[in-house]
Amino acid sequence: MVKYREVAVSEFFEKNRHLLGFDNPAKALLTVVKEGVDNSIDACEEARILPEIFVRVKNLRDDIYEVTIEDNGPGIERKYVKEVFGRLLFGSKFRSLGEEGIQSRGQQGIGISASILYSQLTTGEPAIIESKVKNGQHYSCKLYIDTTKNLPIIEDEKILETTKEHGVKITLKLRGSYRKSKGVEDFLKYTSIANPHAKIVYVDPEGKRHVFKRASEDLPKMPKAIKPHPHGIELGTLIKMLSRTKSKTLYNFLMNDFSKVGATGAKEICKLAKLKPSTKPSEITRKDAERLLKAMQSVKLQRPPTDCLSPIGEDNIIKGLSKEYQADFVTAYTRPVAVYRAIPFQVEVGLLYSSSLPSDQNITLIRYANKVPMMYQQSECAIYKAVANTQWRRYGVSHSLGSLPMAPMVLLVHIASVWVPFISEGKQAIASYPEIIKEIKLALLDVGRKLSRYLSAQQRRYARERRIKIFTKYGVEVANALAELTKEDRAYIENLIKKLIEKEGL
Amino acid sequence: MKNVVKLLEEYFGRKVLEDLKKCKNPSLELISRTLSNAYFDEKSGLIKLGSKKEKRSFLSLGQTKKFMQTLLVASQIKKNLEENQPAIGTRQLFYLLKHTIPGTNENTFDDQKKESDPIIEDIEVSLDVLREQLGLFAVPDGYIVGPMVAYDKKTGDILDYTKMGLGGGAIPALVEEEFYQIKEISAKFVLVVEKYQVWQLLNQEKFWDKHNCLLLTGKGQAARSTRRLLARLNREFNLPVYVFTDLDPWGFYIYSVYKQGSIKLAFFSEKAGVPRAKFLGLTTKDIEKYGIQKTNWIKLNQLDYKRIKELKNYPWFKRKEWQEELKRLEKFGYKVESDSLVTKKIEFTANVYLPDKIENQDFLP
Repeated sequence: MVKYREVAVSEFFEKNRHLLGFDNPAKALLTVVKEGVDNSIDACEEARILPEIFVRVKNLRDDIYEVTIEDNGPGIERKYVKEVFGRLLFGSKFRSLGEEGIQSRGQQGIGISASILYSQLTTGEPAIIESKVKNGQHYSCKLYIDTTKNLPIIEDEKILETTKEHGVKITLKLRGSYRKSKGVEDFLKYTSIANPHAKIVYVDPEGKRHVFKRASEDLPKMPKAIKPHPHGIELGTLIKMLSRTKSKTLYNFLMNDFSKVGATGAKEICKLAKLKPSTKPSEITRKDAERLLKAMQSVKLQRPPTDCLSPIGEDNIIKGLSKEYQADFVTAYTRPVAVYRAIPFQVEVGLLYSSSLPSDQNITLIRYANKVPMMYQQSECAIYKAVANTQWRRYGVSHSLGSLPMAPMVLLVHIASVWVPFISEGKQAIASYPEIIKEIKLALLDVGRKLSRYLSAQQRRYARERRIKIFTKYGVEVANALAELTKEDRAYIENLIKKLIEKEGL
Repeated sequence: MKNVVKLLEEYFGRKVLEDLKKCKNPSLELISRTLSNAYFDEKSGLIKLGSKKEKRSFLSLGQTKKFMQTLLVASQIKKNLEENQPAIGTRQLFYLLKHTIPGTNENTFDDQKKESDPIIEDIEVSLDVLREQLGLFAVPDGYIVGPMVAYDKKTGDILDYTKMGLGGGAIPALVEEEFYQIKEISAKFVLVVEKYQVWQLLNQEKFWDKHNCLLLTGKGQAARSTRRLLARLNREFNLPVYVFTDLDPWGFYIYSVYKQGSIKLAFFSEKAGVPRAKFLGLTTKDIEKYGIQKTNWIKLNQLDYKRIKELKNYPWFKRKEWQEELKRLEKFGYKVESDSLVTKKIEFTANVYLPDKIENQDFLP
């Protein structure tokens, strides 16, 4: 058993390296930061604390980096430290499509224990963990993962003198590679835009301190867990659910374990599947399950619940963007919740236009899934495709169809969902479901129109300024001529002309 | 005489200033000099300008520069008049006006023909004054000989046009009574010759002496002062005017400008038109009657035909005689220059053709 698990954990890590985000050193460094920050924000939100996060990346030597992430979250009680940071070893699974779900940032903490494992595997160093819960002691320890026994090992436990109220700090040493653009700095900046209630301080390898300010004092509402909807489930998931359910009958299983299935719906499904409502779920064969799935998907049901998501919100998008970019114009739009494959999702778009940005370059497109920025695989993402295939020229923006528009513009697109359909486990791009593309395009249409209104108003203003400039120029000569013609005082006439032009400028 | 200084002050100064005081967009109302505002007045036999006005305002992107330029021209003219400066040419006025607008690299004026000249005409029309009254003159280009004595007030010279030699007397830019007084005149008519060389030959042969007339040429299309002088001779001294041009649509048109005026200077017709002028020749009938040999004929080209068509449509060529002559010319298919008559005999024009035509009053209206 021990031996089997030993093999399993190394295999598990090697097999899932890419999906855990450790395929190359640059990505690995970013992943470690991302997992830590995701966990910190999640923990703060759950405890209804406004997040204050400190991140430091230090280059120790060559390709060895030290990453420190510290938050003001509720902290982790001493007895749970092992479980929280060793979660990878405690059999947590990846969720599969259609299971009970909730809009969440990360991978339920697997990411951070994978980071610890990665750091240990590349440098041999343990994670240093500090934690303080309210009214508790400030505790510190080193955490190893014993790869022969596959158990987390705590060493060097200490109680620290502190003034800290609560929070967690984790320090990891790992092999990595630091890149300036689309790396840690951009990731943190984008994170702070989508989470304007968080304050993030970042010290980069050069020792430079970046402060991403808090722009909102309101914590976002918590997303709600929802049960799967019969229309959006896959066979494998159904079989898994049948084997795990606590319901005693198929009828109860359908009503209790799914959303929007009532007595009528449950009966109808059973009838269509040619299964007795009283059948024990555990006794349903694979063949029965296939019929059951078909029945579940053909029966008419209410749409899945839509109140389960937590969007960033238009105000917060505007606040978030404007705190990081100097805005001449900024707008945002949150679409109503829509559904793809019976899974609710919601699209949000933010657009910021600024003359301080380069106008002869592609726009900056920031893509988010559940408030987490996606830093890789841009061109494969549904968001990119929807943006590139929108008729930006209609809105006064220079653009050739199929690529990003060229404008001094930042475009934010967020997709929130119980289940975000990533194209791969790397979670860096969203699959191009027609429903999703359509929703993004509708949102872009809205902000595009607003931008176009702004730009034409802007043009009118330029035209007015130009007019005033021209009139003022000729006004000087007119004043000279009038003074000669009427023998009135030149300065007096000049003043009259000035007043007239000022009035014209209103 | 009008007080031009006062007019300029009122029209281009006070009115604009009043608008400014009311914080109103100042604008000038100028009589439109476009083609659509010119018409042929059958009663007077003159091409006249209608009463259509156009606005030129300061706070209009398309008009603001022209507005400024108009005020500059008006103020410069007023200044010159007030200071009693000698009359200047339009080119000189252009140079007086042209300067860089402060704080820019743009000039007030860049082009005389396109910018300052049209504004001078605007002012003439709108104030109903002559260029000469504005202290300006257009470049003259006409000659006259014959029994006439005039007094040039500016120079104090007495000019006897019987003693002008082969070159004849140049018609000055200013021929209004106040500058140019016609003291004596014994001629019985004025013969206007289109071509300078034809005029020159007639002068050599003292045609004016033999026939007691004034011999005038505008060297093709006549300048303003040439036309104005001709009009004075016709109106003040009742001299009949006969015009002698080439046989082609261009010659006909030159005649019509002497007689009815032109579209471009429609406002000037009342001062310079000679509605009673008669066309002496060459006509298509002359070719036959006087046996002008075929070697002197030149085939009409496309442009000529096009011009004939245009003339046919001008209201002032609508008289039966002219419509027929134009038709005959088209049918004839050739044009004949007045210079070519020498081939018959050098003195043919002076001794045979002209006396014969005048004797028989063989004219077109």
